Amino acid sequence: MKKLILRQKYLIDFTLSSLKRRLAKNLGLLLVYTLIVFLLASVMLFTHSLRREAGIILESSPEIILQRLVAGRHDLMPAEYLDRIGRIRGVTRKAGRLWGYFYDPAVQANYTLMVPRDRDLGQQEVVIGAGIARTRGVDVGDFLTFRSSDGRAFSFRVVDILEADAELVNADLLLVSEGTYRDFFGIPADRFTDIVLQVRNPSEVRKVAEKLTVLLPDARPILREEILRTYDSIFSWRQGIVFVLLGGSILAFVIFAWDKASGLSAEEKREIGILKAIGWETSDVIRMKFWEGSIVSLTAFLLGFILAYLHVFYGQAALFEPVLKGWAVIYPSFNPTPFVDGLQVATLFFFTVFPYTVATIIPIWQASITDPDAVMR
Amino acid sequence: MRLSDRLFIFIAACLALLVLAFVDAAVRVRLAEPALEARATLVRQLELTDLSLFTEARYTRHLSQSDIHTAFQDHPNSFDHFPSGSLVLPPSHLRVP
Amino acid sequence: MIELDDVKKAFNQGRPNEFWAIRGVSLRVDANRITVLKGPSGSGKTTLLSMIGCLSRPTSGRILLRSRILSGLPERFLTEIRRKTFGFIFQQFNLVKGLTVLENVMLPAYPLGLDHQPLKEAALKLLGQFNMESKADSKVEWLSGGEAQRTAICRALINDPEILIADEPTANLDTRLSREFMAIIRDLKQQGKTVIVTSHDPVVFEYAGIDTVVEMRDGNLAEA
Ligand SMILES: Nc1ncnc2c1ncn2[C@@H]1O[C@H](COP(=O)(O)OP(=O)(O)OP(=O)(O)O)[C@@H](O)[C@H]1O
Ligand SMILES: [Mg+2]
Repeated sequence: MKKLILRQKYLIDFTLSSLKRRLAKNLGLLLVYTLIVFLLASVMLFTHSLRREAGIILESSPEIILQRLVAGRHDLMPAEYLDRIGRIRGVTRKAGRLWGYFYDPAVQANYTLMVPRDRDLGQQEVVIGAGIARTRGVDVGDFLTFRSSDGRAFSFRVVDILEADAELVNADLLLVSEGTYRDFFGIPADRFTDIVLQVRNPSEVRKVAEKLTVLLPDARPILREEILRTYDSIFSWRQGIVFVLLGGSILAFVIFAWDKASGLSAEEKREIGILKAIGWETSDVIRMKFWEGSIVSLTAFLLGFILAYLHVFYGQAALFEPVLKGWAVIYPSFNPTPFVDGLQVATLFFFTVFPYTVATIIPIWQASITDPDAVMR
Repeated sequence: MRLSDRLFIFIAACLALLVLAFVDAAVRVRLAEPALEARATLVRQLELTDLSLFTEARYTRHLSQSDIHTAFQDHPNSFDHFPSGSLVLPPSHLRVP
Repeated sequence: MIELDDVKKAFNQGRPNEFWAIRGVSLRVDANRITVLKGPSGSGKTTLLSMIGCLSRPTSGRILLRSRILSGLPERFLTEIRRKTFGFIFQQFNLVKGLTVLENVMLPAYPLGLDHQPLKEAALKLLGQFNMESKADSKVEWLSGGEAQRTAICRALINDPEILIADEPTANLDTRLSREFMAIIRDLKQQGKTVIVTSHDPVVFEYAGIDTVVEMRDGNLAEA
């Protein structure tokens, strides 16, 4: 047993010495390899933690939202629909929501205007999300002036800024009172944006939704489970520029690594001949190569993963910001909560370490079963 | 020192960091519980439905509220006008015809 | 010690370029002797030597090492015998580039899984015997021909083999270094080693200390 370990240590010594021989080339390979693992792991960690977080916090979204469609477009919801819904079994609460979008030409950003149910705001008071505060450079006590739908200028005093800790959901929110909202957008008193319904028993939600579609044929229910599913498949693995781009570079790397790992130079072949001639077994040569492959790939995996962890959970996933931000002006600043999925990490480990190691062994197999007498020539 | 010993020290250090990362993750998730709870409360109070990750257009800002007629859903795999359209899928309940 | 019994070796057997390099050689090599194989180029010396050293197998005939038949043994056993019984000195020395002199010398012992410190000391001691300890940490590609030769000898001796096999060991050396090499060979014989050398260098086969000269011609032993 001890012999076996000592033997592997010698083989590792030899492998490292031969890696050291072409130091620049091998370091370059390791660097590219690490970079690829880093990018993959970053994407993986970021999307997973975002998905988990969305799942947890959106669990508190309304059970059912009822949208009205007119000629295939969203339309305002008449207040009388609340009465037409009447009493459906299982529905504990129903209410109209008031919310919409506002384009601020000053900074060319889209805000989400909302009427909060739990705050009483004055005529000219506004509560803003931290993203807006940052973009507009305003603080509590400052004023914001917007032009309404009919051209009047509305001046608001910022009375509060929503918790920066919750920027992931409130970055672009702008809360105003109901009266101001209706006045600002010119929405009559008997209209809402949509209707939310609370259903106590989750198993009744679908039945309630069915009843709603029968009762109100021009309305469309959106269920919370659909919201959750939407965010569960957020950044779905097969989607996106990131992966297309990454896919290209991974492919390039695979070709490069394959070439590097599987192509045996005449020199290496000769070396294997020497080793066999002086008494190394075929299995020793293969094991030596196995160590080479696993050392390179394991190092790349460990470094890449650790760097990715720091990048995503301590560096606000800064590299992804330009991609996620796209054309948006307001982008939430947040450090994702570090939900790490062990299985996902194991999968990444497998797919980064295993193929490379195999690619280094296969050609050796062919080379090392040949007769060693070639070195005599 | 032998090269193999140096490698073992290096790998051991990396493994320690890896373990540390997992421990750090566990600790920070635990510590984040109140913050998550606060976010959930905000979502409940304001009856929010979406993350404010993509604010450039209404159907990306409120992904889950978009419907089959908005541009985003022209084709489930189409590259959208907006960059975020190529990052996220349309809501799954719309993808099934 | 070693017996060859009607050994034949064909290359590319069954193909149009079939070539019989060894055409029936029977030979005895005694223990603790220096045996020199000589003969013109292409006569099959290297081929015969590589079969004796278990680097290749005869096409027909038997090779016996201490009355044990080698020819039929599976690859694994051949490797083990090669490692334990034979030390090789090649014509081009065949040192592994990029490694130090010390590492090269230790290389044949790696698969044995010995403790590192004793092995290193043994290797340094061997290098010391050949005045090479100052070069222990140099890379082999910077060595002179004579130093490379001595490194190769140390490597051949690290596993303390009974039989030393050298193929044209003096081909890359001048006369003075060749004489030195033969002196080393003689010393090794005094330490109880069996040595088999091929050469067409007169310095080798006319050297006073050698015991047997075997001459080869076209794959056969020449009638001496
Ligand atoms: N792998 C091979 N395939 C075909 N022919 C071979 C092979 N190896 C050796 N030969 C042939 O076998 C013959 C004997 O070769 P060998 O190397 O044993 O000669 P040698 O006596 O050592 O010559 P030299 O003194 O030049 O080293 C040569 O004619 C050579 O061309
Ligand atoms: Mg020869």
